[in-house]
Amino acid sequence: MSRKISFKQAVNEAIAQETGRDETVIVMGEDNVGGMGSDGERDAWGGVLGVTKGLYGKFGDRVMDTPISESAFIGAAIGAAACGLRPVVELMFVDFMGVCFDQIFNQAAKFRYMFGGKAVTPVVVRTMIGAGFRAAAQHSQCLYSLFTHIPGLKCVVPSSPYDAKGLLIQSIRDNDPVIFFEHKLLYGLESEVPEESYAIPLGEANIVREGDDVTIVAIARMVHVAQQAAEDLASEGIQVEIIDPRTTSPLDEDTILESVTNTGRLVIVDESHPRCNVATDIAALVAQKAFGDLKAPVEIVSGPHVPVPFSDALEDLYIPSSEKVKYATKEVLEYAK
Amino acid sequence: MSRIYPVTMPKWGLSMQEGKVNRWLAKVGDSLEAGSTVVEVESDKIAGVIEASSGGVLRRRVAKEDDVLPVGALLALISDVEVAESEIDAFLAEFQSRFVPGTAERSEMTAGPETVTIKGRKITYLRRGDRGDVVLLIHGFAGDKNSWLFNHEVLAEANMVYALDLPGHGQSDKTIDDPSLNGFAQRILGFAEALNIGQLHLVGHSFGGAVSLSTALLEPDRVKSVTLISSLALGKEIDAAYVRGLARTNSRKELKALAARLFADEGLVTRQLVEDLLRFKRLDGVQAALESILSEFLDGDQQRLVLREKIAGLGKPIRVIWGEKDHIIPASHASLPGADVHILPNAGHMAHMEAANEVNRLLRF
Repeated sequence: MSRKISFKQAVNEAIAQETGRDETVIVMGEDNVGGMGSDGERDAWGGVLGVTKGLYGKFGDRVMDTPISESAFIGAAIGAAACGLRPVVELMFVDFMGVCFDQIFNQAAKFRYMFGGKAVTPVVVRTMIGAGFRAAAQHSQCLYSLFTHIPGLKCVVPSSPYDAKGLLIQSIRDNDPVIFFEHKLLYGLESEVPEESYAIPLGEANIVREGDDVTIVAIARMVHVAQQAAEDLASEGIQVEIIDPRTTSPLDEDTILESVTNTGRLVIVDESHPRCNVATDIAALVAQKAFGDLKAPVEIVSGPHVPVPFSDALEDLYIPSSEKVKYATKEVLEYAK
Repeated sequence: MSRIYPVTMPKWGLSMQEGKVNRWLAKVGDSLEAGSTVVEVESDKIAGVIEASSGGVLRRRVAKEDDVLPVGALLALISDVEVAESEIDAFLAEFQSRFVPGTAERSEMTAGPETVTIKGRKITYLRRGDRGDVVLLIHGFAGDKNSWLFNHEVLAEANMVYALDLPGHGQSDKTIDDPSLNGFAQRILGFAEALNIGQLHLVGHSFGGAVSLSTALLEPDRVKSVTLISSLALGKEIDAAYVRGLARTNSRKELKALAARLFADEGLVTRQLVEDLLRFKRLDGVQAALESILSEFLDGDQQRLVLREKIAGLGKPIRVIWGEKDHIIPASHASLPGADVHILPNAGHMAHMEAANEVNRLLRF
């Protein structure tokens, strides 16, 4: 049996194995090494929550500290990628990404198209998402929907340590820019992860649980919220199928549509802000391509259209819960035309 | 008390901690013989049927259908007909008061896989049992040591039983230095040498059957008997599309459809079984390993190597077991002069899983 490691260790192991396998891989980010003036391994922080800790000791100069200037170092990583390296760059919180939208949206995402397919940009931008960390409005968002909107970017939203390792390895090997979203509340989660390297293709959903009554599509940490709901519902005789898209771009439309064709009922659980998010996109997909199979309107479980609150009580209310997922599931089950 | 026989939740494979009671196959009051079917149980990987270990009357069905119970939990009680109701009640009460879920987890049944390095390559294996002759279980193409989950523990009651991951498979190294049957046979002999195993019985499934035969041909003195389950190398026909698909696809949907062809009853293919196969196929090096083996044993749409003629001169006991509904290699290949041949009517290519109880009864050494 495989050993169990945490989500955080799985991310670290993926970077370490790819950096070891391919000498064009470099690692960049704030406090990746230990900050200005540190002597490396001894003082290494490994990024704000220690995900890259230990890499400097293994790979030396290929693991770099960057200044607190996201627009500069994300631009540098994208430039390095265009010139033949494979940078894995960490941008602490996705909430800070706004200052480098031009580099990501207008440069990295466009190179392949604007240079007639002759340029590739194999960069991976790792960043943290998610509420529940008591870190208030500017450190808690799930902004993957923004990046999913942009053609030319690939967006990865892993929900388990096994997926995190395999998807990150594939992201590093991929020739397109990949934004890799890590939910900070998942870092401590453990699961069985092979010690060997493996790659999970981008654009292949995982069927987390099989069932014939209702399809639940859930993203990142919401997969676990959906699983809790599914277990409770199973004790009431309701069989839920849970689909984890794993990547929002490309999106595995076929797996979602096949499941909805079978169940006729769909609930989507998406922690990102509710307007123009991945849930609304999937709802539109199903309305367009599987309308005839639907037995009830699609339900979406997302937070309210407000910034993530700082108050503990309000933050807990903001995040989609298994209770809300159960309620939505029963709504679609009990719907009468 | 010795005439009361408890039927408990089995442990099929290292990861199984609990199982679900699917359906009862016997009623209270039924007269059972050893081998009569009692209840169907399902782990997260696969469903299987539990048989009575001794003859008697089914006295209690302790578990209910759909119950999810830990390994070792009491499912039913069978006894000789003359045992009094009060004795049955006393046995039941005592069993339940002493049963601690998870205790099976501390027994030797949970000792994990070990590794041995042969010519610089890591081979992973699992050992069960410590007496009797040594038996080595060799899995098929794209399989691993866990495909013996219904057989390994049972065979270990009378033998010292090893199941290994062939080069390129399971947790063994994915680099295959020599993908020919001879190369695999060399590795089997190297394995036996490394673990100080003298003579041994070989049990091979499918591609593992061909490896077993090649090993016996290479060093007959070391091999006491060969058991071939739905084996390769006994005829030309094979479902080439299946093996090529298995080697090449990484799509869940395609793998699920392929896995269904392994069984007579497609319902046995669970989400977890397909997931395990996918996880194996995603490992670096697996694709190349499988392709290299494939090019050795496949010639167009037929098997390249047929060892029928050579076996005749082997002079070793050979047992052949085949599922009649094998969609991968036809059961007609089972007819081998001089061999002990068994065709199992309700099984497909994975006879040792699908008809595990029958196969376990045949595997006596």
